Amino acid sequence: MKRIYLDYAATTPLHPEVFKAMKPYLLENFGNPSTLYSYGQEARQAVENSRGKIAGLIHAKPEEIVFTSGGTEANNLAIKGVAQALGKEGNHIITCAIEHHSVLGPCQALENRGFAVTYLPVNEYGQVNPENVGNAITQNTILISIMHANNEIGTLQPVAEIGRLARQKGIYFHTDAVQTFGHIPVDVEDLGVDLLSASAHKIYGPKGVGALYIREGVKLEPLIDGGEQEDRRRAGTENVPGITGFGRAVELAEADMPGEAQRLTELRNRFIKGLQATIEDIHLNGHPSARLPGNVNVSINYVEGEAVCLNLDLENICAATGSACTTGSVEPSHVVLALGKNRQLAHGSVRFTMGKWTTGADIDRVKQALPGIVARLRSMSPLYRQDRH
Amino acid sequence: MAGRFSEYSEKVLKIFKNPANVGVIKDPDAWSFISDPTRGVTMELFLKLDGAIISDARFRASGCGATIATTSAITEMLRGKTPEQALEITDADLSQALELSERKHYVAELGMELIAASIEDYRKRNA
Repeated sequence: MKRIYLDYAATTPLHPEVFKAMKPYLLENFGNPSTLYSYGQEARQAVENSRGKIAGLIHAKPEEIVFTSGGTEANNLAIKGVAQALGKEGNHIITCAIEHHSVLGPCQALENRGFAVTYLPVNEYGQVNPENVGNAITQNTILISIMHANNEIGTLQPVAEIGRLARQKGIYFHTDAVQTFGHIPVDVEDLGVDLLSASAHKIYGPKGVGALYIREGVKLEPLIDGGEQEDRRRAGTENVPGITGFGRAVELAEADMPGEAQRLTELRNRFIKGLQATIEDIHLNGHPSARLPGNVNVSINYVEGEAVCLNLDLENICAATGSACTTGSVEPSHVVLALGKNRQLAHGSVRFTMGKWTTGADIDRVKQALPGIVARLRSMSPLYRQDRH
Repeated sequence: MAGRFSEYSEKVLKIFKNPANVGVIKDPDAWSFISDPTRGVTMELFLKLDGAIISDARFRASGCGATIATTSAITEMLRGKTPEQALEITDADLSQALELSERKHYVAELGMELIAASIEDYRKRNA
């Protein structure tokens, strides 16, 4: 049975064209970009070409792009880097309750070092109210960090509105754009951001490489000290094959973006409609329209997401869940809980994320398989019978 | 959101795919129900006794793969045992029988509580 991969938000397969672009830099063009001879200069050229492509996609200047080991490092560099640079001017950071752990983690680490962090709530669709951002700003606020789109529920945040507000108040604004970069238009001017995180492996590039956009003039201390790479903002020999692949992935994403976003949006809407028509007591998590083209996240009442995903896996369908069982934590998804859903619904959340190689036939197979799986689990569930008596 | 199905033993997967003794017993001689909403676990156990021997055991459960497999395994283990012998089953026994990972050991602990609660119910009914 063909394996159906519906976890593109977790990671994507490497595009064969990306691999082709990377290969020479793994084998023959192995030079260190910091060296002066031709091997090194070829590698330098490849890194700078990629930097130009990434900057071009988001309408930034090449020198405003710093390569990192991925989205997590980019988020850490943005948040801890600004906190370190501006710590004497203020100690307050504003973020929101449904950020990725790679934003929440650095914020919590800074709290332990004496910073104050406001975690703004979200509405039932997962959106931050920009007014709440304005109200949370104090004289000590040095950074606002609100994600562009949520990785679990796909909701798009009103980033441009928050950006205008941040600009008016003269506060740095960071957005984690790992889920949107290369999928939908991202323009640092339109969004009004000073810092923006991106990752290669979410757009058919290699794992282990990401980037942070740092607007010219933004004060930021490096996390990693050492050599003078990346204009002294990130020491360490550049991941040349990874960066080359990232650049090629951006090129391909840019060419595909309008058509692919449209195709996935149609597929997504058909998928959601199909699930709602065949399964009762199923709830869409996230915004119905202001959401990532390829994201479907539903809470299926009376069942546990892990059991659903395990059954899907037995049918060669890969999906994700926000249930606590799979993340190792005790509490279920902090994102679904923040929407105001109860624990039972949070445990019943299942995420399907589609991408370049997802077809209508794949979605049809899930729509056929899922009602039977849910019925079987519900027939075993004491909760289902109890609530219905 | 990462899946961790690889942590499940073949035993858990086999039972999860085809659990034995799913259902209810009308007029049971013992019944227990435990719920851990934080972890998303609910287990329900029904027992029928023939004299001093557990002759039938059925369950319903909602939760992860380990929850469903463990509750089913409990019904198999209890059949043919006396209430006293049932109480001798420990969480370690359940963990070992299902080859549960350390991370899933809490399911075995909940399973042991489920057994204890059913025997307590049996004793109350027969007091």
